[in-house]
Amino acid sequence: MGMTIAEKILAAKSGGKVVRPGDVVTVDVDTVILFDNNFMPNNWRDILKVADPEKIVVTFDHRVPAPTQQAAAAQVTGRAFVKKFGIKRFHDVGHNQGISHQLVADYGYALPGSVLLCSDSHTCSAGVFNCLARGVGGPDIIYAAIKGQTWFRCGETVRYELVGKLPEAVTAKDAFLQIAGVHGAHATMNVEYGGPGVAGLSINARKTITAMSAELSAEFATFEADAALLEWISARNPAPIVPVTADADAKYHARRTVDLSALEPLVALPDSVVNNSLPVAKTAGTRIDQAYIGSCANGTQDDIELAARVVRGKRIASGVRFIVTPASQTVYRDVVASGVVQVLLDAGAMIAPPTCGACGGGHMGVLGPGEVCITSTTRNFKGRMGDPSSQVYMASPATVAASALTGVITDPREFLQ
Amino acid sequence: MSGNVMTFRGRVWIVGDNINTDLILPNKAFYLTHEEQALYVFSANRPGWAEQVQKGDILIGGSNFGMGSSRAAARSLKNLGLACLIAESLNGLFLRNCVNFAFPALECPGVHAAFSEGQIAEVDFEAATVRNAANGKLLSGRPLPAPLMALVQAGGVYQLLEREGLIAPKA
Ligand code: SF4
Repeated sequence: MGMTIAEKILAAKSGGKVVRPGDVVTVDVDTVILFDNNFMPNNWRDILKVADPEKIVVTFDHRVPAPTQQAAAAQVTGRAFVKKFGIKRFHDVGHNQGISHQLVADYGYALPGSVLLCSDSHTCSAGVFNCLARGVGGPDIIYAAIKGQTWFRCGETVRYELVGKLPEAVTAKDAFLQIAGVHGAHATMNVEYGGPGVAGLSINARKTITAMSAELSAEFATFEADAALLEWISARNPAPIVPVTADADAKYHARRTVDLSALEPLVALPDSVVNNSLPVAKTAGTRIDQAYIGSCANGTQDDIELAARVVRGKRIASGVRFIVTPASQTVYRDVVASGVVQVLLDAGAMIAPPTCGACGGGHMGVLGPGEVCITSTTRNFKGRMGDPSSQVYMASPATVAASALTGVITDPREFLQ
Repeated sequence: MSGNVMTFRGRVWIVGDNINTDLILPNKAFYLTHEEQALYVFSANRPGWAEQVQKGDILIGGSNFGMGSSRAAARSLKNLGLACLIAESLNGLFLRNCVNFAFPALECPGVHAAFSEGQIAEVDFEAATVRNAANGKLLSGRPLPAPLMALVQAGGVYQLLEREGLIAPKA
């Protein structure tokens, strides 16, 4: 019997021939990403040896530029670590700065068939590159940096067959909210995305879906490779590429079809994105204090340009804070060059430096008591973006931008027909 | 490995499904010491609870316990003095952190309905059994795979790496 993409990579990396759900395997790790939180004074343990400095990436992303002394101290520790082991792939605050998962895309750090770890739960984002990427714990990262290995428990796989083409003003975020809304959590399982609809999604759009898959509690999220993906990677990384395809007789927990052409803009209500989505019309009119575009899921050039199309030539509602946070300096430079930053600024947006920022409630847009935010970020747990009494609605960048214009949750199709 | 004692007897606290990491270790507590962080467990959904927990108490959860982020939320449950966690099911990432920080966490379908808060549970972590001392009801959970059990008994990842001289002793 054949294997799914995740099973195939687990087998290849653990030196076995076959891996089945339930198996616990030790695998070689190709890429280990450390970020500022790992180096926080209350998290860091001083590493005395690393398996291979070439396999390590270090970035500062959650809290940059440093908003507190502890965050600054973490960066001091991180820079010392980089120096001590001669880590070349280092993204300090400045020219190469960015959210780790965006950097993986910008720099081609994830190759098909590889294993990538980072102790941020949205590391599954990199699964868009046809690889196994998983968010693990801080200690797992230190272990993997030292030993070059980690363990995984293989889960069953759910296959999503994407068909059709997204209508105008409907995005990959809406496709994800549809899956999460209908099918709920996928705890202990992998999700695999493929099908003819993939070709119509940009790599950035596909990455939204893999990043968001963390909210399904999925183990691994993987996409099939196609020509567009291989082109993206080879433009950034000269290494040879060997795509991994699922076997025709792979055994899935379930196979489900998502017709992209039948979707509409959705909104996830506060506190959870699983089993919690509604069509935008059902939440329209809800008052907001803040509209936020950014994060590893929706802080790309595509996302920011889409928001700019919505607000072009208009002003955002008074009393609303509209914060746009490019996911990396590369993205930032691209949206400045394409002119959309000017459009956003003219509309009244604030452009924040690339960081996780308010996505994790860290800084740059944290919510106060009772405030309401509509966000394109990844997670809307109670208190995620600030005070426990604040409320976080989640939607596509188009819906967030449309809501910023009116001051209430708004269907983006009003502005994008 | 001589191992730590892996049987527990304690008073149970019960929470529901989909308890997330941000409820266990909220952002607000991010910069605090580990001991201070422990007092923020469930401060958003069950204010005042952390103060009531006594050393050796046992937490019972529903399905997908610990969903969410990779933060060291398991460490806070351990530092709060809880002896162990038993849940209908454990989030995969959260389980990693339980193993990493040597906090015994057991998946045991049926456990949520089998107890009411304040009852005494008797847990044999290696055998993966849970007994309700009030009515004698015995439940069987899913034993942790052997390599992971060994890691818990070794005291978690940091103790292991410290013993092997791969990380510096804690300052
Ligand atoms: S943007 Fe949000 S979800 Fe993404 S890595 Fe940062 S904190 Fe995590």
